[in-house]
Amino acid sequence: MEKNVIIKVNDLHKSFENVNVLNGITEEIDEGEVVVVIGPSGSGKSTFLRCLNLLEKPDSGEIIIDGEQINLPGVDVDLVRRKMGMVFQHFNLFPHLTVLDNITLAPMKVNGIDEVAAKAKAMELLERVGLTEKADDYPSSLSGGQKQRIAIARALAMDPEIILFDEPTSALDPEMVGEVLDVMKELAANGMTMVVVTHEMGFAREVGTRLMFIDEGKVLEKGTPDEVLNHPKQERTKTFLSMVL
Amino acid sequence: MAQWWAGVSETFARCFINEGRYKLLISGIGVTIKVSLLAIVLGMVIGFLIALCNLSKKKPLKIIGKVYTDVIRGTPSVTQLMIIYFVVFATINWAKWIIAAIAFGINSGAYVSEIIRAGILSIDRGQTEAGRSLGLTAKQTMMYIVIPQAVKNIFPAMGNEFITLIKETAIVGYVGLMDIQKAGDFIKSATYEAFMPLVGTAIIYFVLIKLLTIALTKYEAYLRKSEKR
Repeated sequence: MEKNVIIKVNDLHKSFENVNVLNGITEEIDEGEVVVVIGPSGSGKSTFLRCLNLLEKPDSGEIIIDGEQINLPGVDVDLVRRKMGMVFQHFNLFPHLTVLDNITLAPMKVNGIDEVAAKAKAMELLERVGLTEKADDYPSSLSGGQKQRIAIARALAMDPEIILFDEPTSALDPEMVGEVLDVMKELAANGMTMVVVTHEMGFAREVGTRLMFIDEGKVLEKGTPDEVLNHPKQERTKTFLSMVL
Repeated sequence: MAQWWAGVSETFARCFINEGRYKLLISGIGVTIKVSLLAIVLGMVIGFLIALCNLSKKKPLKIIGKVYTDVIRGTPSVTQLMIIYFVVFATINWAKWIIAAIAFGINSGAYVSEIIRAGILSIDRGQTEAGRSLGLTAKQTMMYIVIPQAVKNIFPAMGNEFITLIKETAIVGYVGLMDIQKAGDFIKSATYEAFMPLVGTAIIYFVLIKLLTIALTKYEAYLRKSEKR
């Protein structure tokens, strides 16, 4: 199969007030890959993810999306972000808008799609995440799992090439984790390029095409889920896995 | 008892009925309302612009916002009113009440800007991040996501500011406007009665502000309701 590099990261560094969070990350991600990023808290995995769509500005290094370096002055960040959806740990739905308006806002305001078309698309997406009956509700009336499925639908509405997931199930009650993971599995099966920061090792094993173990701002180990989870080479990885598995 | 009552009603008549003195108070209410309304509108416009200056990343705008709020909050409103009236508008022949409203609008703007700034900062950063991650520009994120939510948080503090502003206008007598306060004062001088004109003045302000408070509370309840459904 032809490989098409969609995300390329070169020697990425980032520090917050003299604390080095990323210490030189170099990575390539192919189109259609599901890369699962694991690591202890504070290891820099979320920062790495947030650098990819420039919610955090790296101090040095290159981020290349679709062959274009995006962390250069003069690059239209908004244009770059349209290609990349993001799903947050705390959903970040817009509480003053209905579910439908949450999904249609960006397509209408950013892409200039008319309301009828945007709504039709939103209803399709709601069907895909199994929440058509919630279209006119406000986010406050939804459960955590439902909120996250809406957040995924909202990201999908912009037809992104990549979706970044920042601990999408960490804020959920255990019984709601499954419904969100199911939606993510469906996306993966349909070839969406995904970068997922998560503690769900089951998901990593089952859906991930590749795993990255990040610790202290560096990629310590990477490989197939089987390689990393079942045959870790580094001591740090072994210790971490023994605590989470 | 009857004699006391006769005395009270005689004083009342002298203060409010004779020579149509109640008309002074009624036109005074008109002046207070006119000045307050225009000042509230101006204050909100100025306050919004200054809040954007204060929140801006551009140094010159930040300095403008900071100096504005510092100067206005650091000087008495009577002094500001007199400077605007006797210095800034000295040679400009506009209606007195409009000049006064401009002075109060400039004053209120400094306080409103702080309210708006705090309201905007109260919205979780995740909301902005979600907006930006969808490709919305900073401006669009502000307009469609942050400000609509901030309005609800801002509302109670804004109501307080309106109330403060209305009471503050009681100093317009300094530039020769006959508002409620000045009308009461005028009646006091004309009748040599202090109690009735001054207490009457207080009651009129109280009723005006009570009515406004009721309206604000109703509107706030409406705002809260529309968010839940």
